[in-house]
Amino acid sequence: MPPALVELLQFLFSGLTSGAIYALVALGFALIYNASHVINFAQGEFVMLGGMVTWALLSQGVGLPLAILGAVALTVLIGLALEKLAIERARNADVVTLIIITVGAGIFLRGLTSVTLGKDLHALPAFSGNDPIDILGATLIPQSLWILGVTAAVMVALHLFFNHTLLGKAILATSHNPLAARLVGVNVNFVLLLSFGLSALLGAVAGILIAPITATHFEVGIMLGLKGFAAAILGGLGSGPGAIVGGLLLGIIESLGAGYISSEYKDAMAFVVILGVLFFMPSGLLGKRGTERV
Amino acid sequence: MVKRFTRALMMVGAACIALGVTAQARAQEDPIRIGSFLAVTGPASFLGDPELKTLEMYIHRINGAGGLIGRPLELIHYDTGADANKARTFAKRLLEEDEVDVILGGSTTGTTMAVIPLVERAEVPFVSFAGGVVIIEPVKPWVFKTPHTDRMACGKIFEDIRSRGLSRVALISGTGGFGKSMREQCTQVAPAHDIEIVADETYAPSDTDMVAQLTKIKNTEGVEAVVNPGFGQGPAIVTKNFAQLGFEVPLYQSHGVASKKFIELAGDAAEGVRLPASALLVAEKLPMDDPQRPVVMGYKTTYEAEHGEGSVSTFGGHAYDGLMMYKQAVEAAGTADPAAVRDALEAIQGFMGTAGEVTMSADDHLGLDLSAFRMLEIREGDWVLVE
Repeated sequence: MPPALVELLQFLFSGLTSGAIYALVALGFALIYNASHVINFAQGEFVMLGGMVTWALLSQGVGLPLAILGAVALTVLIGLALEKLAIERARNADVVTLIIITVGAGIFLRGLTSVTLGKDLHALPAFSGNDPIDILGATLIPQSLWILGVTAAVMVALHLFFNHTLLGKAILATSHNPLAARLVGVNVNFVLLLSFGLSALLGAVAGILIAPITATHFEVGIMLGLKGFAAAILGGLGSGPGAIVGGLLLGIIESLGAGYISSEYKDAMAFVVILGVLFFMPSGLLGKRGTERV
Repeated sequence: MVKRFTRALMMVGAACIALGVTAQARAQEDPIRIGSFLAVTGPASFLGDPELKTLEMYIHRINGAGGLIGRPLELIHYDTGADANKARTFAKRLLEEDEVDVILGGSTTGTTMAVIPLVERAEVPFVSFAGGVVIIEPVKPWVFKTPHTDRMACGKIFEDIRSRGLSRVALISGTGGFGKSMREQCTQVAPAHDIEIVADETYAPSDTDMVAQLTKIKNTEGVEAVVNPGFGQGPAIVTKNFAQLGFEVPLYQSHGVASKKFIELAGDAAEGVRLPASALLVAEKLPMDDPQRPVVMGYKTTYEAEHGEGSVSTFGGHAYDGLMMYKQAVEAAGTADPAAVRDALEAIQGFMGTAGEVTMSADDHLGLDLSAFRMLEIREGDWVLVE
């Protein structure tokens, strides 16, 4: 292959890897937004907890698969607790108040982690080695395949869940119209609880998948959370497919931008694209074209 | 009679107590007051925490051994959290209310720079533990510093690259404070070392992937070595991506990641990476006849005895150097008078610290040369001295 194409392929691989992680985080935002119109700014902390708890369990001598399961379970529990103890108690408050509660919860979780697990950086072992795989001249590390594979599997699972199970449909119904959903017998509180649990699960999975590549520490969730939020906006807040498209697109834009234009403006480029989308298609690429009725 | 005797006894007793109190009061007035402001909490706590521990530990030891020129040392410390505004407030308090004889501290370049105008006006000697070259350039009469500068790290790296017969260098730098400053210094000193910068890429400190930047470097014609000024997780990711892309040129990291943590984070990808570091990092590996060995081994064993195996860091070493240099200056001056101590600090010759051999002069308030850095290579997950 000509070198220019190899270069492009390399940029795409690297963009897709980051993009898949952004997509997982963005899906977490979308789930909670759908159920409650709350933007959960503690989503990044779920990502951080996934990685940090896995590391903590590993350092206690637990095997990798068990450590991953433990970390996911604990993060889901924390997500559920956040909903039960903070969000549900304030359910009659404004959406803005709820959003501020999640900001506070995020700061609390960061602080708690730095006190209990320390402020150091930690690396997780790659799931299946570090030997780069050569594809048409471009290279890919095995962990990238894990990330892409697991993200794809999660998406298929979510699709099946939302379209083919009663519970999934109940969540969708709540997102369309909470009052109507309640009238036909959907337990809206339970749906909210479930969406926090699911978001925490997605966050933890993202955090664990990326930790072998980037290392993890108590503040790793801030930037990943922001990028995931940007991806969710890009794709259209509240849209599942939008979150995935937004995430992958954001990763690729960043990577191509850094490669072809200038790495100086890598972060800026992503945010400029988002500003553009918000100006010209305010509901995102795949968002609902909502009209406010007065 | 008995009554009068009792009264006399009571008066003697009271006089004794009064005397005792004044004697005690004098002893409390007497100590040499060392002021300090460090970033013990906050984003730079990894600097301030070992620095404060070092100061406390060695001041305690000096006091245990009879103090300095017969006077005990008293440490007055405030935590800045790396906030320059707080640093300024605390420095003001140290100078005006606590009336300290010297200020040892300032974990970051930002907090140090905020304080310099105050100490210059108050005419109190100030030894900073921060890295930036702006602290001592241009020279300020009352300001000294102990750690080596970014510029020296660049110089050391370029010297090593030249010694391998290479000259065309690609930079990939973090855009955080450390990476940015070192990138500037490296570009500045490159011509002096006959180094040509042929590619200049950057990444944000929280980036998770630098493959795009490195691919660009790989496709740049004639790159002979890659240098990565950066700090935190970024350099570890660069190192992994570098290995993934199968580069055939050497990779240089900076002193910013000179810790076991870096090897742990980068794993196998770190094999063959070179970086300049302070002698403290390889204390045990220094040859027995190395003049710096006793100093760094002494500090390392003392610190680790108190704070646990493997807890020693170069940052605490900067505080050690500052305190010991002050001690030497006071002993040479025979007084803690600020002006006399300042002159003695400037006259320090051949002081051996954890950062290297220090020889101060009126136009050099750092006093270190390139030999302060050791060039290390990572082999089989451990450091090896290159020289």
